[in-house]
Amino acid sequence: MAARTLYDKIWDAHLVGARKDGNSLIYIDLQLLHEVTSPQAFEGLTLNKRPLWRVDANLATPDHNVPTDQRELGMAGITDTIALQQVTALDDNCKSFGVEQFEILDPRQGIVHVVGPEQGATLPGMTIVCGDSHTSTHGAFAALAQGVGTSEVEHVMATQCLVQNKAKNYAVEVNGELSPGVYAKDLILAIIARLGTAGATGHTIEYRGSTIRALSMEARMTLCNMSIEAGARAGLVAVDQTTLDYVKGRPFAPSGDQWEAAQTYWRTLVSDADAIFDNTLQLRAEDIPPQVSWGTSPEQVAGIDEVVPDPGQFTDPVQVESAGHALKYMDLPAGKAIKDIYLDQIFIGSCTNARIEDLRAVAAIVRGKKLAANIKQALIVPGSGLVKAQAEAEGLAQIFVDAGFSWRAAGCSMCLAMNPDKLGPKEHCASTSNRNFEGRQGHAGRTHLVSPAMAAGAAIAGHFVDVREWL
Amino acid sequence: MQAFTKHTGTVAPLERVNVDTDQIIPKQFLKSIKRTGFGDYLFDGWRFVDEGDLGMTPNERQLNHDFVLNQPAYQGASILLARDNFGCGSSREHAVWALQEFGFCVVLAPSFADIFYGNCFKNGLLPVVLNEREIDQLFHDCGQGYSLTVDLERQQVETSAGAIFNFQIDQGLKEKMLKGLDDISMTLAERALIESFEAKHRQSQPWLFLREE
Repeated sequence: MAARTLYDKIWDAHLVGARKDGNSLIYIDLQLLHEVTSPQAFEGLTLNKRPLWRVDANLATPDHNVPTDQRELGMAGITDTIALQQVTALDDNCKSFGVEQFEILDPRQGIVHVVGPEQGATLPGMTIVCGDSHTSTHGAFAALAQGVGTSEVEHVMATQCLVQNKAKNYAVEVNGELSPGVYAKDLILAIIARLGTAGATGHTIEYRGSTIRALSMEARMTLCNMSIEAGARAGLVAVDQTTLDYVKGRPFAPSGDQWEAAQTYWRTLVSDADAIFDNTLQLRAEDIPPQVSWGTSPEQVAGIDEVVPDPGQFTDPVQVESAGHALKYMDLPAGKAIKDIYLDQIFIGSCTNARIEDLRAVAAIVRGKKLAANIKQALIVPGSGLVKAQAEAEGLAQIFVDAGFSWRAAGCSMCLAMNPDKLGPKEHCASTSNRNFEGRQGHAGRTHLVSPAMAAGAAIAGHFVDVREWL
Repeated sequence: MQAFTKHTGTVAPLERVNVDTDQIIPKQFLKSIKRTGFGDYLFDGWRFVDEGDLGMTPNERQLNHDFVLNQPAYQGASILLARDNFGCGSSREHAVWALQEFGFCVVLAPSFADIFYGNCFKNGLLPVVLNEREIDQLFHDCGQGYSLTVDLERQQVETSAGAIFNFQIDQGLKEKMLKGLDDISMTLAERALIESFEAKHRQSQPWLFLREE
């Protein structure tokens, strides 16, 4: 057999059949469900009197619009009646279709992309879908994980399959050592800046190289999470000992003989040495400083030592126009030093950066310090109830509270501001989330994407700082 | 799904690259559990000056008169002329529902984001890829009352002056659009194939079926 990439291998292992029109039918092992993109799909099943093809291949949790304060109130804490209706609909649908759900008061509730891996529901070699574009997160486990629209959610519910064309292979190879104070978030922002937001459209990215091998699973998830921000529907990291060590012993993971068989197979989930990629991007880890986004697209980022660019410096007229729009929206003059950007709010959370390792990085920066006077609100929203419990057990939560942060319950929160956590108009926010689109974190709000450590440094200084100097 | 064969309509030019689905339909409107009711909130942050929320009607809103869709020349437009990477970002299918409900039947662009592109074909909104030069020309020509005819069968966009631009499209997707076929019914027609794959899959990777009762 010809040399295959990791993506080719997972694809081949799930190929149900090829259609005459060139499309393929791909079997899906796991569907993650949340309240926002599933109600219309469940309704479709009901209207057409179709059952779930495989009830046990679904797992649900509410995350997008759950409030992050007063969680002990459960459903009664959701004061937005429309949001309440949506979370209730998820509850009702899960009960009537028999889908396992970590409901709002379950300690395992959280952001789907944090919960899946944490429970061992996400396994290497799987195909995973969710009605959320950041499903690419699970690619850190060498799982082919893709965001889908609601029609495809319903399609997978009813048939356990997706109809797809195979994507091309993109190798993003990073070698060398990241400097202390530089994280997977900086790496992925630097990658997106080079690829552009559409650079990997039609591709599955495989992150490779010595830098990637040295990353923890949490860091690999951060990396794969933002693949969609470069246009790729999925990102992948090959299986190694780090992967297996993370998965072993988790509640939904296989054990005993099943584990042995599984890990033997999982170890084959690497690209063949002579596999051919359609495109390649190479980076040196040492060259990457902490990153800060200055615009309204995740490709509009600069190093901490740089200045806000002059739109005129771009060669592509489309980029010139887009940068011009962005600077107007962000109210930033060209030439302003990134370090001179002052913040109004801090958001530490999201499926990109709300895992225990992220919170430890924040604690290391803010321990014994206080929020700057100009910071109106600084939220830390753990990715799941279990991450919250662990952070509290490790004493991190107390460090955050002592520094002046608001320590919240798990959910998507101000990453997309569907719940009550929002930016006010014109407020600048240092955010560990994944999108700096206009209005994403609140009407007329201004988002700067950064790593958790950078958000922490900005919270204390009141403006962006180089956290490499704070370690 | 409604079928799409041929459509003639007025064109509205949206001169922006990387239009993301957060702009097409902002998050506060995703709380609805229905498939309808999104048209009033299409491009909400750009069409209106005030902050919108579910339940508000357009006549109680403050219009942004600078935005192209609010200009008299483009009222009733059913073809959206767009730039590169249209529909990037969030997977929300609500973006497609909002465009359709507002009255759009076709989006023309040099490129589309993958998930959005796929979502269009589940709903009968036709995304047409033309090359950069052709799109530039359309932006140049587009003005009040400018209309185009989009013929899916012949894979052609025709101007009222008779100029023709051909476009490429996946034949499976084309067929589905022309006939308005339902994806799920098509796939369920292959039930035996799926069942036989599943049986083999269960045997080779039994750990993927541990939650089965």
